[in-house]
Amino acid sequence: MSVAEAIKTETPAEKPEQVSHKITGKDVCVYYGDKQALFDVNLDVREKQVTSLIGPSGCGKSTFLRCINRMNDVIDGCRVEGEIKVDGTDIYRSGLDVVELRARVGMVFQKPNPFPKSIYDNIAYGPRIHGQASDSAELDQIVETSLRRAGLWEEVKDRLDNPGTGLSGGQQQRLCIARAIAVNPEVILMDEPCSALDPIATARIEELIDELREKFTIVIVTHSMQQAARVSQRTAFFHMGVVVEEGATSDIFTKPQDGRTLDYITGRFG
Amino acid sequence: MTDMDMSNASEKQTDFSASLKKRYAAERRFRAYGLTAIVIAVSILGILLGTISFQGTPAFFQTYVQVDVYFDEAVIDPSGARNEQTLRTANYQALAKRGLYQLFPEVSERREKRTLGKLLSSGAYRPLSTMVLDNPEIIGTTQSVWLVTSDDIDTFNKGQIDRNTVEADRRVKDNEIAWVDVLDAAGRIDMRFNTAFFATGDSREPELAGIWGAVVGSFLTLIVTLSVSFPLGVSAAVYLEEFAPKNRWTDLIEVNINNLAAVPSIVFGLLGLAVFLSFFGMPRSAPLVGGLVLALMTLPTIIIATRAALKAVPPSIREAALGVGASDLQVVTHHVLPLAMPGILTGTIIGMAQALGETAPLLMIGMVAFIVDVPSGVTDPSTVLPVQIYIWADSPERAFVAKTSAAIMVLLGFLITMNAIAVMLRKRFERRW
Repeated sequence: MSVAEAIKTETPAEKPEQVSHKITGKDVCVYYGDKQALFDVNLDVREKQVTSLIGPSGCGKSTFLRCINRMNDVIDGCRVEGEIKVDGTDIYRSGLDVVELRARVGMVFQKPNPFPKSIYDNIAYGPRIHGQASDSAELDQIVETSLRRAGLWEEVKDRLDNPGTGLSGGQQQRLCIARAIAVNPEVILMDEPCSALDPIATARIEELIDELREKFTIVIVTHSMQQAARVSQRTAFFHMGVVVEEGATSDIFTKPQDGRTLDYITGRFG
Repeated sequence: MTDMDMSNASEKQTDFSASLKKRYAAERRFRAYGLTAIVIAVSILGILLGTISFQGTPAFFQTYVQVDVYFDEAVIDPSGARNEQTLRTANYQALAKRGLYQLFPEVSERREKRTLGKLLSSGAYRPLSTMVLDNPEIIGTTQSVWLVTSDDIDTFNKGQIDRNTVEADRRVKDNEIAWVDVLDAAGRIDMRFNTAFFATGDSREPELAGIWGAVVGSFLTLIVTLSVSFPLGVSAAVYLEEFAPKNRWTDLIEVNINNLAAVPSIVFGLLGLAVFLSFFGMPRSAPLVGGLVLALMTLPTIIIATRAALKAVPPSIREAALGVGASDLQVVTHHVLPLAMPGILTGTIIGMAQALGETAPLLMIGMVAFIVDVPSGVTDPSTVLPVQIYIWADSPERAFVAKTSAAIMVLLGFLITMNAIAVMLRKRFERRW
């Protein structure tokens, strides 16, 4: 934790490996107006793994996450530089279809935000607008599968016509996850999905994330280091708009290379 | 040290409770102010509504006199051809008056006879022609018919003219009062519900004037206003709020829209006169032009209300829709607009209520004209309720005072109906998020 140690760890200790990267970020800089939020972030996300982004508030982890499906586009004055590739395609190149990108890269938000519609319509909305179901039977099937995968089917199967907003917080968040997986994306981004939930609901979501890993690549932003340790295989630690350290979760939490990481995970700041 | 701390603490305690007392007192005062304001507002409203309904109720009733009319073939159809045109335009007024003269055989002098004839309204004979056209068989028979009295007799019968005042000071003279008394004693005077008031257009004679022309005119005008200003206003607001880039131009447009909302309405009337009538040559006094002018006036209100309603939709809903891959337009049409709809409807109804009560701009485009016919389309000349109120309030006849108040009641009824529909629509759209 000495100054010398902190300087020494400027260079990443990661050895190059032969792994398939779903998402690669190269020299990503993000500006909100004149304020720069991300500084030359280089971060790769492996396929069919859970990558968690941790770091203190305002460190840029959510900003990076929202870059991956271009949700930052809707923020006035937000500008992204550098290169983010999903499956080798630069998602910031001109002419890229943002709607298609967002169908492939789904997102679950911090606060559960079901549509003020029925449970069924919440799930069916995505497949409907993308024309993924040819008839109503197929749509029913998609809704059931998605709800089952999100572990919500047993709880809501008898009241699919009830409003999604009438569910409990944890159920709403699982509904949002089901909504995200209903369009069959390749990547699911989760922005602190459990921060508004109680520990029991959180545990359910965490189990769910672990199951979803088989089919989807998941990037999760979390404030809880325990959560990162429990659900993710890879962890990236963000601080002041830079990625301080990225590596296997077990390594980050047991033998961090950077003094700032150590300080953060041991609770000295953040 | 601890003692001092404790004494400090107890000192603070007393300060605290003293200020608390003050705060509670302030709160009680504030509530009292609010309550007073509400009591004043409600009582003023009560006085307003009370006066209007007290003054207006008599207009819903009309005095009728029963006359035995002989349908003389020599007067109605001397040729006996039963031609419809002849039957329609025959001199029924003479027949009605003849029936009245027969009730008072002692009246023979010419001038006195004319005064007696004036007991009847100048339009009293109208039902007679309808009766003949419906059934030409009655020609040659004598029928007992209830005919509308003139406005002076009506006013007198309603007790609004005091028979004890000096004769020169009242419009109903002594001999007229005597005749009315005779008729009344014979059971030939009756007060009936004034259905004609709700079925006819304007007239110079108060007893014949109706509100229906103005109601239809207002309705047609508002239809035009709504169908122009609602789609235009909502689309403009949606574009400005959801799609337009935020730059100097959109700022300028926003400032101008806000300013337009504060422009005196008569200026819109002048604009309508210059653009719609002079330049485009649209018909004068027509609901079409009135509706367009009012639409211009209502647009800023609707745009501002719609933008506020769109802003109030939580961003989380937009994010959720974008997150599953909805396009910008789908986000707006599937999620944002339905959620903003209650607010949009509220704004629209405020704008429409304003438009319904607006007089000044309509004066500029000729809707203040005296129009007897009930309009049958948006290009027919017509008037609207507030203008009708203005015209009647300006008329000298005593009976128009009641008509004015009655018209105000109809206008308020129109307004309440409109608001009720809006509230119902809003309830249907209302959802939680």
